[in-house]
Amino acid sequence: MHRFANPGRFMRVADRLQPWLLWGGLALLVAGLYKALLDSPPDYQQHDTVRILYIHVPSAMLAQGAYIMMALGSASFLIWKHPLGDLLARSAAPIGAALTLVCLITGSVWGKPTWGTYWVWDARLTSMLILLFLFIGYMALANAFDDPARGDKPAAILAVVGIVNIPIIKFSVYFFNTLHQQSTLFRREGPSMPPEMLTPLLIMFGAFTCLFLWLLAVRLRGEFAKVRLRAIRAGLVRRAETAGRRRAPAGGPVEEGAG
Amino acid sequence: MIAAAFLAMLKRDVRLALRQSTDLGMILGFFVIAASLFPFGVGPNPETLARLAPGIIWVLALLAVMLSLDRLFQSDWEDGSLEQMALAPAPLSVIVLAKATAHWLTACLPLIAVAPVIAVMLNLPAEAYGVLLAGLALGTPTLSLIGAVGAALALGARKAGLLIAVLVLPLYIPVLIFGVTAVDAHLTQISVSAHFLYLGALLAAAAPLCPWAAAAAIRHSVG
Repeated sequence: MHRFANPGRFMRVADRLQPWLLWGGLALLVAGLYKALLDSPPDYQQHDTVRILYIHVPSAMLAQGAYIMMALGSASFLIWKHPLGDLLARSAAPIGAALTLVCLITGSVWGKPTWGTYWVWDARLTSMLILLFLFIGYMALANAFDDPARGDKPAAILAVVGIVNIPIIKFSVYFFNTLHQQSTLFRREGPSMPPEMLTPLLIMFGAFTCLFLWLLAVRLRGEFAKVRLRAIRAGLVRRAETAGRRRAPAGGPVEEGAG
Repeated sequence: MIAAAFLAMLKRDVRLALRQSTDLGMILGFFVIAASLFPFGVGPNPETLARLAPGIIWVLALLAVMLSLDRLFQSDWEDGSLEQMALAPAPLSVIVLAKATAHWLTACLPLIAVAPVIAVMLNLPAEAYGVLLAGLALGTPTLSLIGAVGAALALGARKAGLLIAVLVLPLYIPVLIFGVTAVDAHLTQISVSAHFLYLGALLAAAAPLCPWAAAAAIRHSVG
């Protein structure tokens, strides 16, 4: 595990995986969309509306996965002070927020013909909305300080505190009397779905996972570049300061601004 | 020693808050004025107002608590005394717990005292008063504790007040839900004990965890 905590080594592995993730994800997406939209039977009650769920379910699962990843990265950053965890969390947050939004929008579009309403305040929907707020709060807090490095630890604490929402989302359909259905996929008796609907769902889930990881790698490279740029800029300023001091040994005003 | 530090901090913060009692007055003023806007917004029909009253009171209490959060750490942070508290031998989480308790005593307790006035204004049925006040008494300590985390996280940020709102309000939702449903349950003759147990559980979880998280955030902001 600790071998990959080295950012350089981590990025080399990520670089090698990146094309596979992209092309594999796109191939799975094409196959999954074909199966989901054209090659699977309509539901006996929901008819063709059920096809929305092939987008809705993977995005909901990955949104929660993104939050768990963000919280774990933040926790490892808080415990071992390892910058990789913070960068991972920062990269995962916008993707997770986008997936949560996709989940909420597809859910409400599906809800109008099925439940007769775009939105109800039931426990599953509300806790998913709180997840979106948590992602937004995390991003706001991480970027709220003039010194960018100052926001990392508060944001990490928020991410760890917000993890209480994940079990609430998971169990909201069991604890409360909700309109949202209970789990059909992860059950002790196995999925209660016909295989011709389960296959496209699993393919779509694979596609979303691959594309999520690809996007994460892209964003992670951006975050690394940002950190390195900051370090280089700080180094330039320092060098300009010492050079200025050498040129003016009398202690005249030193100009800063080589960055 | 820990108990002495807790009491000293509590006494200091309560005294400071009472000396700046205009802050307190403004929060109470906000609570009452904002509540009196609702009859204009939804119309003065007594049945409508009575139906909305528990929710209005709880939401406004939430907002009033949130507005008073900036004084929890901000001034101590600006004049450097927060740094001394972080260096003190007593655990910082105990000091944070004392500050949150002082905040509850000086900001939430007056709100609970004023809540019946608003309940009268909004025509809440008289038999619901006890449940409303008991729910507020059990729920607002959790609000102070969660708010302490938000206030500590936002120390030194640009637009700290707005940031606190974004951070804290989503985390307030569970307290709001159980506080309001307790009143509704009582009005429909359902047992309220489940709602109060949830509120108590939230408080029991927040009391040890929130001071710890807030202390970590403070340590980072002064370090």
